[in-house]
Amino acid sequence: MMRFATLCTKELLRFFKVSVQTVAAPVLTALLYLVIFGHALEGRLQVYEGVRYTSFLVPGLVMMSVLQNAFANSSSSLIQSKITGNIVFVLLAPISYVEFFAAYVLAALVRGIVVGAGVLVVTVWFVELRLEAPMWVLAFALLGAALLGALGLIAGVLSDKIDQLAAFQNFVIMPLTFLSGVFYSIHSLPPFWQRLSHANPFFYMVDGFRYGFFGVSDFPPLASLAIVAGFLLVVSLLNLGLLKAGYKLRS
Amino acid sequence: MRALAGVSLAVREGEFFGLLGPNGAGKTTLINVIAGLVRPDSGHARVMGADVAREYRRARRLLGVVPQELVFDPFFTVRETLRLQAGYYGLRRNDAWIDEVMHHLDLTAKADANMRSLSGGMKRRVLVAQALVHKPPVIVLDEPTAGVDVELRQGLWQFVRRLNRDGHSIVLTTHYLEEAEAHCQRIAMLKDGRIAALDTTRNLLGSFSGLEVRLHLDRDGLPAGLPGRVLAADGTQFRLRLANPADLEAALARLREAGVTIREMEVHPPDLEEVFLRLTGRPS
Repeated sequence: MMRFATLCTKELLRFFKVSVQTVAAPVLTALLYLVIFGHALEGRLQVYEGVRYTSFLVPGLVMMSVLQNAFANSSSSLIQSKITGNIVFVLLAPISYVEFFAAYVLAALVRGIVVGAGVLVVTVWFVELRLEAPMWVLAFALLGAALLGALGLIAGVLSDKIDQLAAFQNFVIMPLTFLSGVFYSIHSLPPFWQRLSHANPFFYMVDGFRYGFFGVSDFPPLASLAIVAGFLLVVSLLNLGLLKAGYKLRS
Repeated sequence: MRALAGVSLAVREGEFFGLLGPNGAGKTTLINVIAGLVRPDSGHARVMGADVAREYRRARRLLGVVPQELVFDPFFTVRETLRLQAGYYGLRRNDAWIDEVMHHLDLTAKADANMRSLSGGMKRRVLVAQALVHKPPVIVLDEPTAGVDVELRQGLWQFVRRLNRDGHSIVLTTHYLEEAEAHCQRIAMLKDGRIAALDTTRNLLGSFSGLEVRLHLDRDGLPAGLPGRVLAADGTQFRLRLANPADLEAALARLREAGVTIREMEVHPPDLEEVFLRLTGRPS
């Protein structure tokens, strides 16, 4: 427990020590999205009955920030440790692969939640936001952050160089987040793109999270939650398999 | 590529053991196998009886490794680095020992300095301290003095010798043969992933008991009938290899007999470098 707690603390300290970059910057980015998209689309787009576009946008932006930052935390921490070589301090210690996995994912989850909460606190001043079912909000935020933290860990394990990780981030994570319905409802899409969106796990996270605020969603929230939990399970098992084998960590 | 093949050796408890070999001989790979950083295709390694794969927790607790690369985490201070490292070994409230280690390694003044701000020598000391936070009985130092200034090197050896006197087993890899000669009780020489020699330092040096004699004479050419073998001849200067110290007397008598005057003479006992060169066939 002490070993896991120390590794997790190290991961938390790592991002808290540079919180301007790891917390304040993504909060500002989300705020800019709100200002720009809100200004451009407010009044032209009504997604849910009785919900203004900017209000609709906020939960999406919060969840997008949660997911992107959870991913960024575990992936960038691991790749930096691999490149600088200081991962050796963890590998030399009697830390099990399960402890390793849990510590990185929990720290990533905390970073995602902290940034998401920051975005919520800042944006809530500009919009009217209901909170119909807070438990759904919490459940999707936690599961989503854990899933992206675990994905980030896989990306960090697999990548040898920063540009490989950047490719993962730019060509997988970014498109999946932007096409998940953060800025629109998938019901507004043509049928083909609607069907395609259902193959995107990020869609279920954003949609379910938004359900917690408005009580309305494009997909039944319980089914979404089950899908997200399923993805988390698969990604976690894959992760544990890689870590147990010492893939790209212990040659 | 095969980095190690058929290496079998046991370091005794409390021993100061040297692992020598040219670059690419497999020294670091061997250490990484012991540390669990590299998993061998076959064979096994044990630290005080604990298998490094099956009983990895026990094996790693018994082992402290000072890595060769000057690695550090730029997010933390020296004290934070050491506290975290102790925590990785499951140790809580370990500050008294951390303070003691810092004191011995002359790090106390830098305790709250960020790792980034330290000089290379200081970072090396922190690496040593990190390997000691959990008081391991076995300490592995992989090229600990590479790129370290003379003053620190002396301090480091004093500290390591003290640890050895206190009962810690020390395994050292080094390029500096004089360091191995000065500190190690036994030495394994690796070449191309195999053990080329494994013996006490004394025996290794003893097996090359010949002397090298450098002579500066008053004339060109050596008289006939000198014992030993001429390694080099340059005008009035000669390098002679003698099989044993008794031959020196015979050589001097022969020179006297031939009426040759010796202007200068140097006698060199065998050193590890020679043993090393002969065994590995190349310079270190």
